[in-house]
Parts: sequence; structure tokens; C-alpha cells
Amino acid sequence: MKIVVLVKQVPDSGAERNLRADDNTVDRASANNVINEMDEYAIEEALRLQEAHGGEVTILTMGPERATESIRKALSMGPDGAVHVLDDALAGTDALGTSKVLAAAISGLAPDLVIAGAESTDARGQVLAHMLAERLGYAALTGARKLTVDGSQLTVERQTEEGYEVVTAATPAIVSVWDTINEPRYPSFKGIMAAKKKPVTTQSLADLKVPADEVGWAGAATTVLSHSKRPPRSAGQKVADSGEGGVALVEFLSSEKFV
Amino acid sequence: MAEVLVVVESSGGTVKKVTLEMLTLARSLGEPAAVVLGAPGTAAAIADKLGEYGATKVYAAESDDIANHLVAPKATALAQLVKSVSPAAVLIGSTQEGKEIAGRLAVKLDNGVLYDAVELAADGTATQVVFAGSTIVKSKVTKGLPLVTVRPNSLTPSPAAATPSVEQVEVALSDADKLAVVTQRVAEAKGARPELTEASIVVSGGRGVGSAENFKVVEELADLLGAAVGASRAATDSGFYPHAFQVGQTGKTVSPQLYVALGISGAIQHRAGMQTSKTIVAVNKDTEAPIFELADFGVVGDLFQVVPQAAEEIRKRR
Repeated sequence: MKIVVLVKQVPDSGAERNLRADDNTVDRASANNVINEMDEYAIEEALRLQEAHGGEVTILTMGPERATESIRKALSMGPDGAVHVLDDALAGTDALGTSKVLAAAISGLAPDLVIAGAESTDARGQVLAHMLAERLGYAALTGARKLTVDGSQLTVERQTEEGYEVVTAATPAIVSVWDTINEPRYPSFKGIMAAKKKPVTTQSLADLKVPADEVGWAGAATTVLSHSKRPPRSAGQKVADSGEGGVALVEFLSSEKFV
Repeated sequence: MAEVLVVVESSGGTVKKVTLEMLTLARSLGEPAAVVLGAPGTAAAIADKLGEYGATKVYAAESDDIANHLVAPKATALAQLVKSVSPAAVLIGSTQEGKEIAGRLAVKLDNGVLYDAVELAADGTATQVVFAGSTIVKSKVTKGLPLVTVRPNSLTPSPAAATPSVEQVEVALSDADKLAVVTQRVAEAKGARPELTEASIVVSGGRGVGSAENFKVVEELADLLGAAVGASRAATDSGFYPHAFQVGQTGKTVSPQLYVALGISGAIQHRAGMQTSKTIVAVNKDTEAPIFELADFGVVGDLFQVVPQAAEEIRKRR
């Protein structure tokens, strides 16, 4: 089974994140840039399928030069190689444009299965998997907490508000996963050493035959007009419980008309 | 006035609150028209409710194929409708499925998409709150119509009675729409409690709750307040409470009127999912816990003393 895993480099969600003052894009220069957490679960799921069914696992990333660090990190978990879509003209690309570029890259790889994180920690859009499915004519099984593969038949348990849905489809398909699906492995020392030698192919927009004016700032279908820091919440009243803490809490809730 | 399409979310004959919020919002943008995408008979059961909140028309695209295949048929139906009625805007709930429909629709129409809006102005400018509630962004669709997903609990739904006409829409589905088959829908018990993302009050427990058994304390207070129950990642990862109820960066984002954090330290992972709550109260035994930095009212103490006492006090006041 040929599997492509989508990996996005994002600013670490555990630290302060900012947008740039000049163009309202994510400030990557000042951030600690890491693999989108949910994507580690996607990599793990791909590796488990490879262990069970054979085949190869390829990482696919679109991003600037520094995304290479995340690609090597991803490879250190065990995938066979990576494709890095890298082009200066991609700066400013929105979700719609990203899906166009990644769909072109996936077409070239012709996988049986694409696995992605259900959302990225920076944009939290959850739109990409279905955008890709729409462009590629693949089935989309999204929001999975469990994936089973039987030959070319896929079954997922999709998390929903009410519980879950069982959804099936045949390959080729794109599956997006939540962090409930597995526990990602840590890269071994051997894995880290091996990752340095694994093939990473760089592809430009020209290589993918995507016109530069359909992506980036020129092709964006949305624009950020402005951004501002939300005033931080200020701490209110804090009382130490000396036997009446519960009553004090209800007193407060009552003053705010919640009780 | 041009129509504003509002994609309806409902479950078992009940319209989701986010839909009523969107109908309320749609009234400030144009003529609200509700779009029901689902099994035959769905629209008939909820048309009155949609009318109560101002829907002047209900478009019903109903078939078993729409109901039993994941997302794609709904986007196809919606794309067809957009082409035929040329609406002023399309509003979809910012839920997993809502965002997925929006993504597909964006590709079909080659139209920009904005997600997680908390406000939408008449000129199409959307307001989004990003990066764990720390940053406010104003953005706009520049290609096509405003296609926007609206975050639940962003505004208060207000009724405005209308008598909608129900119009059946015939949808031509392709094979590509029927690739992902939903074979089973399983509801996991949440009892009679409100849905987490829709609830006006959320009571959440964290690592400090200590065990699955102890979550009863959280649930008891929640039930007294008519609240939904949430949990921090530490609590769900420890198996204290099901993952579906996780609030945080990798779970649900909630924005209730009142958020009660019990035994939750307030790591950034958790704050990302609840920071925009109107009022926050916290109980934690660690006086240094970061949750107190955002709490309007905090009690430093043992939650197993404080919470049962609070529950007792609420009962007494009734």
C-alpha cells in the first residue's frame, strides 16, 4: 500500500504565537516551528499500516525552506522519503490554493491512501481533506478515531458530536485522524540518523504545473484585513477555602445570576 | 433583498442552536433561507422552528443518498442551490461537518472560505478569534460570495416569526458523491445534558479530579447548573472521561456564558478551548495554577470539599 502523509509545520501551540504586522501572515521567524501535533498521529497510523500490510510511506509538505526541519523530524519516525513543495510564489496562499497545490503533488505520487491530521493547531480549519478529496475524486473519511484496512476497503470510526459514525470506502482515499487514534512513537536514535539519508524531493510550482498566479497572494480567494491582540483576561477575585469556599463560589454565581 | 443561505444542522427533529444563531445573523445580512440537507422528511419536522427564527424559505434537499454518504452529497446539493439562487452569503455552522461541507463547496465554486467566524458584518467582513483566543482577525472573501462558517455560541439567537415556504430541491448526485458510505451512527451516552459546544454553562474537570469515579462530583454540579460536562486533555488522556468531551487545543472549543474549571491547572492546551468564555470560575488546590490568571472568581482549595459544598448550597437556595 502506497501511503502519503500530509505534514504541516506550525508555530508551537504551547508558546505565544503572533501574526506579522506587515502582511498578517503567521510570524514563523519568531516562533518555535514544529510538526503540527495531529500530523504525528497521521504518521504513526501510516507506519502501523505499513508494518501490517507493507508498501511505502511518503511525507508531503508544502512550506518554506525551514519546513525541512519538520520533514527530517517526520522521517526520523520511520517513513521512507518525502516531497517538499517549495516555491517563493507560495507565500500568502490560502486554504483553497493550498488544496490546489497539494492535490497536484498527490496526483503525481498516485497513492492508495492519504493520511492527514484532522486539523492544524494554527488554522484549525478542518477543510483541507475534503478540498483534496473534491479535487482528486478520492473518498474522504475524516475525523477518524479508528481506521481498519481490509485489502482496498477502508473503514473508519468518525468522531461526531453525538458519538461516532462508521464510514467505509475503497481506495484511493484520504483519511484524517484525531489524536484519539493511536499513540505516536518517539524517533529512535537509529531513526534520527537514518532520516538524514532519506530522499527528500523538492518540487516547485512549475514541476507541479500549477500556475503561480493561481496561488500565493495573487491567487488568494480570501484576505486578512487586519489583526489585533485580544486584551488578556484579567484575574478576578481569588479566595482561599477555609471551610466556606463552596458557599463563596455559589455567592459569586448568584451575583452573576447563574444560580 | 438577496437570500442568505443558512445550512441547517439538526438531530432527531431538533434544530441545533448554532442554526438558530445563524438565522439571527442572516437577518442582518439579507433574507434568511434555511437549507435542509438530509433524509426525506427532515425539513417537514423542523420548518416551524426555522420559521420562528426568521427563515422565510426552507430549501429541502432530501434523499437517502444525502443522508447516508459522508459530506460530499451535501456540498453538491448546496453548490447547485447557490448557482440557482445566487445568495448574498452562505452561512454554515463551524462544526466538523460544517467546515467540511464549506471546504468542498469552496472548491466546487472556486470561492474563498472563512471559518470559525464569531461575527459577520453586512459588508462581508468576518471576525475570527485565533491562536488560543489571543488574537482577533478581520478577514474577507475576495473571490466569490461570503462563504463563512460561524462558531457556535457567538451570538444570542432571537426569534422573529416568519412563515416559511418549503421548497423541495432535486439534486443530481454523481458517483464521486457516493464514495464514502455511512453504515452506522452510534450515539454515546451524554444523558440529558446539553451539547458541549452549545451549552450556556460548561463544568469541566481536570487531572485534579483524580479518577473516572470522582468525575461524579463534576457531573453533579453540572446537572445542578443545567450544564454540559467537559474535561481537560490530562483527564481524557488518563481515562477519567471520554475523549469526545475534551475541551482544548486538540478538543472542542467552547464559549459559554459560564465556564467552571475544577482541578484544571489551565495549561495553554486547555485555555485554547475555553478562553473566550464570558465568565470563568475555577477551583484548584494550587494557588499558583495558571487558570486563576483568567478566572473571574477562583477558590484555592480541595475540590472535593468545595464542590459538594457548592452543590449543597445551590440546592438550599432553591
